Amino acid sequence: MTSRLPLALALAAAALLALPALALAQDEPSLTQTTSDLDTTWVMVSALVVMFMQAGFAFLEIGFSRAKNAGAGIAKILTNFSIAGLAYWAVGFALAFGGAGAIAGTEGFFLNVSMDSAEAGGVIPLLEGGGINPAALLFFQFVFCAVSLAIVWGTTLERIKFGAYIIYAVVFSAVIYPVLSHWIFGGGFLSQGFLGLPGMQDFAGSTVVHLIGATGAFAALLLLGPRRGKYGPDGKPRAIPGHSMPLVGLGVLILWLGWFGFNGGSTLGAADGRFAEVALVTNLAAAAGVIGATITIYALGRTIDIGMVGNGAIAGLVGITAGSGYVEFWAAPIIGLAAGVIVVVGVLAIEKKLDDPVGALSAHGLAGVWGTIATGLFTSDRLAEANGVGEAGLFYSGSFAQLGAQVVGVVVAFVVVFTVSFAVFYAIKKTIGLRVTAEQEDAGLDIVEHGMYGYPEQFIPLPEMGAASSGPLARPSLTGTGSPATGESSRSTTPGREEVTV
Amino acid sequence: MKMIVAYVRPEAFEPIREDLLAAGFPSLTIDEVKGSGRQRGVTERYRGSQLTINLRPKLKIECVVETDQVSLVTETILRHARTGDVGDGKIFVLPVEQAIRVRTGESGQEVLQSHESKEVPA
Repeated sequence: MTSRLPLALALAAAALLALPALALAQDEPSLTQTTSDLDTTWVMVSALVVMFMQAGFAFLEIGFSRAKNAGAGIAKILTNFSIAGLAYWAVGFALAFGGAGAIAGTEGFFLNVSMDSAEAGGVIPLLEGGGINPAALLFFQFVFCAVSLAIVWGTTLERIKFGAYIIYAVVFSAVIYPVLSHWIFGGGFLSQGFLGLPGMQDFAGSTVVHLIGATGAFAALLLLGPRRGKYGPDGKPRAIPGHSMPLVGLGVLILWLGWFGFNGGSTLGAADGRFAEVALVTNLAAAAGVIGATITIYALGRTIDIGMVGNGAIAGLVGITAGSGYVEFWAAPIIGLAAGVIVVVGVLAIEKKLDDPVGALSAHGLAGVWGTIATGLFTSDRLAEANGVGEAGLFYSGSFAQLGAQVVGVVVAFVVVFTVSFAVFYAIKKTIGLRVTAEQEDAGLDIVEHGMYGYPEQFIPLPEMGAASSGPLARPSLTGTGSPATGESSRSTTPGREEVTV
Repeated sequence: MKMIVAYVRPEAFEPIREDLLAAGFPSLTIDEVKGSGRQRGVTERYRGSQLTINLRPKLKIECVVETDQVSLVTETILRHARTGDVGDGKIFVLPVEQAIRVRTGESGQEVLQSHESKEVPA
């Protein structure tokens, strides 16, 4: 009997091994289906990493804020992300990708993802002839919208009313961002070639995401004004140091990581391995951005400003975002290095007149403009062809056509977004008001807007937080270790307890 | 009875504390304070703008002793707090009217500083 056991086990193992093969034989997925699944997987992985960039923005902004405004940033990031999550699904995605019109899409409101991929092509021209799952496309584009929205607010820190976030977030994620992204990402007029120029090249959104966000910030800032005390009686800017450079650093590193999904995922597929090249291009530019910013701030100020080093990384990443799918490896460090120089010079210049606590106007705005224009210089023949948008840049073709398309795209995006955003913020200012009162600003947004502190122990004296929170034990008898005569410790001598005073 | 109030560099505290303890003066109160004097401030450079911080961190020591022991305490503080540079701080001596021990309610000079044999873990 026992001699048959090994044989039975071997048969059972063979049967188990055969099961998956049988299952496969029954389903027989086509190569197209498998490729589509693979692409969808990569796009979703990218989208999840891009979603995590919200944490990057949160830490970056909170680190650059004073401690009395540290908690407000969390409430803002979470509500903004959530408003965008609903509005983009309900309205935004349809305007951005639901049709091939010149101005906006018209189909796919409240997108119903139960439709199969063949059907999806009818609603979403980008998915015609296969491609990724429409839910993956929506989710990926939504997290981009959320990044763009997050960029708006860094500039407005420490003085804007919470209500302004909510109103502008709805307009921005339902209309402003989707329409602009349709023009450039979704088959609208800028991507098809405007004024007889080639199609505008913006691989992952130097203009679409970063410049648009910074433009909204600029409009808000003009109506909002500087933080109290930012400019002295002589009009000179004064430093208002953020409360945590370590948090800023953590934010920058999270954003840097997220950018591999941001740019790498914009291939919208994994099958040809292009995303790895895009990720490498992205990293080269970010690294050069840090070096460029570090050298520049040291040359101009004789100190290596911690926040500026972080801004350099962001600027390098923003600068390469448009070109990440269009330029060769060698061009990436050049674009990033220039972005790192631009961001520092930009922050120092903007600081003289405009109070931008995180440097978003420079890191996302100026670097976004530079990145979009640089693409018109550095785009290579083979990559313009591979992407099927526009043509080679000035340095390859000797023609200014693509550069012209990039400049026109930047101008159109800036003018439109600035006008609409200014109107929205103006309306907010005239109705509910854009800014907290001077007294509230001094107290800090945490206690004024949220009724609580981000760091309670720093602001509430411990004796007022109740007996349970009085900190280190004042009476050793309570620990049972301070004295052998528990309960009578106040009268006993305990050698070696020299720290006891009074 | 006199109260000695000394404003010194924070790093001078530990040796002062050690010597006072050894000399039989365990009772004192400290506070981390900020103040300005002849010592110049620190300039912070932040994102291209400057911020001059004129108030420097100092350590405030309060200690009440019997009048004839004042010089012993002040000499201990001087010995450790003096570096010879601007910013070493100042010592003030103030009169004290009454001293009462909270635990027992007893009052007078004997409540000021513990004798070694009576040292207790409060």
